Formats: sequence, C-alpha cells, structure tokens
Amino acid sequence: MSAPHPVERGDLYGLVAEFESPSVLVEAARRAREAGYRSMDAYSPFPIHELTHALELPKTKLPLLVLAGGVIGCAAALLMQWFSAVIHYPLNVAGKPLASWPSFIPITFELTILFAAFAAVFGMIGMNGLPMPYHPIFNASHFALASRDRFFLCIEAKDPLFDLERTAKFLESLGATVVSEVEE
Amino acid sequence: MTERRTGTRPSILKPGHTFASVTDKISSIVLTKKTPAFWWIGFFVSFLFWMLFLGAVCYLFARGVGIWGINVPVAWGFDIINFVWWIGIGHAGTLISAILLLLHQQWRTSINRFAEAMTLFAVAQAGMFPILHLGRPWLAYYLIPYPNTMALWPQWRSPLIWDVFAVSTYATVSLLFWYVGLIPDMATLRDRAKRKGFQILYGMIALGWRGSAMHWHRYETAYLLLAGLATPLVISVHTVVSFDFAVGIIPGWHATIFPPYFVAGAIYAGFAMVLLLAIPLRKAYGLQDFITSRHLQNMAKIMLATGLIVGYGYVIEAFMGWYSADKYEQYAIWNRMTGPYKHYYWSLILCNILSPQLLWFEKVRRSPLALWLLALVVSIGMWLERFVIIVTSLHRDFLPSSWGMYSGTIWDWSLFLGTIGFFLALVFLFIRFLPMISIFEMRSLVPEAEVAGEPAASRVVPETPS
Repeated sequence: MSAPHPVERGDLYGLVAEFESPSVLVEAARRAREAGYRSMDAYSPFPIHELTHALELPKTKLPLLVLAGGVIGCAAALLMQWFSAVIHYPLNVAGKPLASWPSFIPITFELTILFAAFAAVFGMIGMNGLPMPYHPIFNASHFALASRDRFFLCIEAKDPLFDLERTAKFLESLGATVVSEVEE
Repeated sequence: MTERRTGTRPSILKPGHTFASVTDKISSIVLTKKTPAFWWIGFFVSFLFWMLFLGAVCYLFARGVGIWGINVPVAWGFDIINFVWWIGIGHAGTLISAILLLLHQQWRTSINRFAEAMTLFAVAQAGMFPILHLGRPWLAYYLIPYPNTMALWPQWRSPLIWDVFAVSTYATVSLLFWYVGLIPDMATLRDRAKRKGFQILYGMIALGWRGSAMHWHRYETAYLLLAGLATPLVISVHTVVSFDFAVGIIPGWHATIFPPYFVAGAIYAGFAMVLLLAIPLRKAYGLQDFITSRHLQNMAKIMLATGLIVGYGYVIEAFMGWYSADKYEQYAIWNRMTGPYKHYYWSLILCNILSPQLLWFEKVRRSPLALWLLALVVSIGMWLERFVIIVTSLHRDFLPSSWGMYSGTIWDWSLFLGTIGFFLALVFLFIRFLPMISIFEMRSLVPEAEVAGEPAASRVVPETPS
C-alpha cells in the first residue's frame, strides 16, 4: 500500500498490482478471474497471447469490420467505373463494350485493399477508444515502466467484489511486488 | 518457435538481453541529446543533394521537359527508369513486414521497422517522377476521379491509371502499417523521454497507448489482417507497373513474363537496399546484438533466390523473342545484346546475374563488407535493367525511319542523384527521431517473454480469432 494518503472511495479507480514477469502476470490474471473479479485489465510492454485467455477477453469484432471495409471498397470501385464508363461519359472505342469489366479489375482490387486497410487501422484505434490522452491508470506508480519491463494488473473499484482491504491482500498474495491505489 | 531461439542455429537476438536492456538500447539512440558526428556529415551531404533535386525541379517547372534527354521515339527516359527503380526498392519493406510475418519468420523483427521506413521514402521518390514527367504537372489531379464541370473521367482501361491507384494505395497502406507498428514504441519513448517537448510530441503520436490486454488483442488482430492485405497488394503493385509496358505493343515490352519478373526484380532490389542501409547502421550504432550475422545471411539468401528468378526472366525474355518468330521481337532482343546499348545490357548481366552468384559461398554471406558491395552492384544492376528495358525497346521499334538515340542530360542526372539525396536525408531524419528497430517486438524475443507452463505460442504471430 504505497499510496501517500488514503483517498475517498468515490475517487478510487482501482488497485493496481505490479509484477516482474509475464508468467506471474498471466497466473495472477487467471487467479483473479477464478476469484470472481470481472472489472479488471492487465497492462504489458508487449502482447502476451496467454493473457487473452487468462482474462477470458471477448473475441474482437474487428475482422468483420475489415470484411465490411473490403466489400464496400470493392463495390464502390466497380460502381464508380461502371457509372462513368456506361452512364456518365460513354465513349465508344472500336466498338468494344462500354462495361469492359476485366479492365476494371485492377482498380477494384486496389480499392478493396485500401478500404479494408482503413477499416483495420481506424477500426482498431476506434474500438480501443484511442486517442485517449488521459486515463486513470497513468496515475499508478511506476506505470511508465509498463512500456519497458513491468507488468500490471488492475482490479477496478467498480467491480462488485471490490473491497479495498481484501482485494489488496488478494493481489499481494498473487506475487505482486507492489500494490497501490489508483485515483480516478 | 521456441526451438529457433534456443536451438543450434545462430540466434536472432544475442543471449543475455532483458526487456529493459532491449528497450534502453534502442530508445537511447533516439533520446540521446548527443547527435553523432557521422549523422551530421551524412545528413549534410544528403541535404545538399536534396537541394540539387529541388533546383532541378524548379528549372524543370520553368522550362518544361525539354531540358531532359527525352525525344521521339524515346519519350520515356530517366523519369520512368527512376520511377520503376524506386518503386522496386520500395517493395522490401512490406515484403519483410507482411509476408515474412505470415510465414512466421521471427528474424524479420529487428529489420522490419527501418525496411518499412525505407519503403515509404522510396515510394515517395518514385511517386514524384510520373508527376514531374507529365509536362504540365500542375494538372496531375486530373488523374483522380472527381466530379467536375468538364465531365471528365480517367480512362479506366489504361494501365497508367491502374498505376495511379496501385502506387497510391501502396503508399497509403505502407504508411498505415508503419504507423500501427510505431504506436506502442511511441508510448515507450513518451515514457522514457526526459524533455517536455518530446514527451508531448511522442505522447501525441502514441495516441494514449497504455498496453492494455484488450488493446493488444485488437492490435495484433489488426496487424495480422494488415499483413494479409498487404501481401497481395505488394505483389499487385509491381505487376501493375509491369502492365505499363506489357500492355503496350512495343517489341521487347509485350511479354507475359513481365509481371512475375518485375515482382522478383523488385524484391531483389529492395533487399539490396535494405542491406545497403542495414550494414552501416548496425556498425555505427552498435546494433550487432539485434541485427545479427544471421539476419544478413538470410537477406543474402533471399537476394540470391530472387536474383535467380530475375535471371530466369532474362533467359525467357530472350527465348520468347526468338521463339515468337516475329522479326521485330527478334530484332529487339538482338539489338539489346549487340546494338548501340550493348554495354548497358552486358553490364546488367554482370551486375544482376553473374556477381550475385558469389552469394552461394558462405564466406561471402558472412562478410558484411562483401555483402554491402554486392548490394551496391545489384542496385546499379537493377537501374541498368530498367534502362535497358525502356530505352533499347523504344529507340528502335518498327520503322527504321523513326529510330533514334537517347542519353540523359545533366538535368536528368541531377534529378536522379537528387532523389537519392532526398531519400537518404529522410532515412537520416528517421533514425534520429524514431526507433529504427521495433522495440516491443524485440521484447517479445527475449527468452523471459515465454510464459511458463503454457503451450509455446508465437508471440509475434498470434492465432487469428476465427
């Protein structure tokens, strides 16, 4: 409990535990989940695949969004080329068909990829709620090391099982080097 | 993947590194207050050439394309040669980032960041040439389909308009891919930077990244999907570039071998450029622990393999010229080998086919100096290849009465050398202000990143959520 002064319950974001290795963090996350905690998040300096399972995170809908982006790009490209070549400015070149779709394929392909890539990048950023310049977790002590070599597990105060004393003891029992309170 | 790290093969990360040491080593290159002397010298020289480029562009805008050596019949000269050369170089970055990621090649981790940066800068150089050669470059926006009072639309049946879409899509997707890779590292620099200005700057680029587990999960999904999208894209770009030639009826261009042979040539040239940059950089910044001899050897092997495909392309090109029984095609090939540009052709064979055969020898692959020199030779060879394809095909086509000769003027050379300076200046700025190696991916190569008691899973490439 390294918080300099106790804070009011309303101002508390949660309790954050600091770990020294990914293995301890994954084990801690699994045990916290088993103990019934649900409102929690883990922070690590690199993606830890096992953490996704330990926290039982929901599968992301991002692939569907990317598929939608690709389909929209494909349809938009075909429609644009067909509309301009057949409706808006029909030009008879050597009696060839106006809707000469094989020559529309390269641009259709490129725009499919472009729209899908936009969906992947901006979908990921948007679903993650970024850009988010302020987040309470940044108040945690040593949190700057979350982008270097420390691993954090935060149990949020809004969790129904959350109790300042009991949760802190529980986190310490998981092998945390430091457990501290984080203000909202 | 674990056995790769601990097995008998030379490691891709020197043993003894920790999360902290990897982070500090790479971020200190950017965050140090002291800029090394070689950086200033290198940047200054590049900057001079960059200014030469700007001067050449100003004079071009004032006088028009008549200052170049182009003429009729050779209406495509250095502008298109340089365009194809640069766009080819710009293929290695995405190949390393996307294709090697999908193929679970973990060694890509320490070279992908600067290869991607190099890709972006090379594509930027490439993208300028078609606009500069328009004659009326201020009307370049006509290439973009937009509603206008003239009711004009681009000609969808032309490979040249396909090229506009291919190159601009490639540039955009490469930029997105590069930026997504940078976000977690920007968070690292934000947290490590001592000076307020840099904290704010890197903080803004990092978008408030905090390394949350759910964020990483979506991040990896997005990264993998981007890799999957970029893989066919990178193949398509040089294919479309080759259509600029192959769809035409000029003898020597009208060949179905062009798309695969152009793509192989692009990868070949791209890896040569990665080696040209990586070898001095790892030496100058002491990054031998991260960019190990194994990385250089792997790149050398890819160069050898793609070089052989390019060699096959040359053989098939010559064979099809003869086998077509078309006297114009036959003459185009014969003229390449024995005509007025034969020195270019045979230098090209020497640079691209013969000298890379040295890469069969392990001793050569283990010597950074030999690799660097070979990469330089290949880069020159690839430029010669484009010169031979473009100039020798155009200068003597169907009617002897319309034959001509071509050579670049001082302005052609100024623009070409100028773009090399521009490119290198951007590379110098990149290595000073952004981490040239992906820090978070290097952390996941540290042995402790392996979660104990779990089935080994590759952390660089997660399973896709189905």
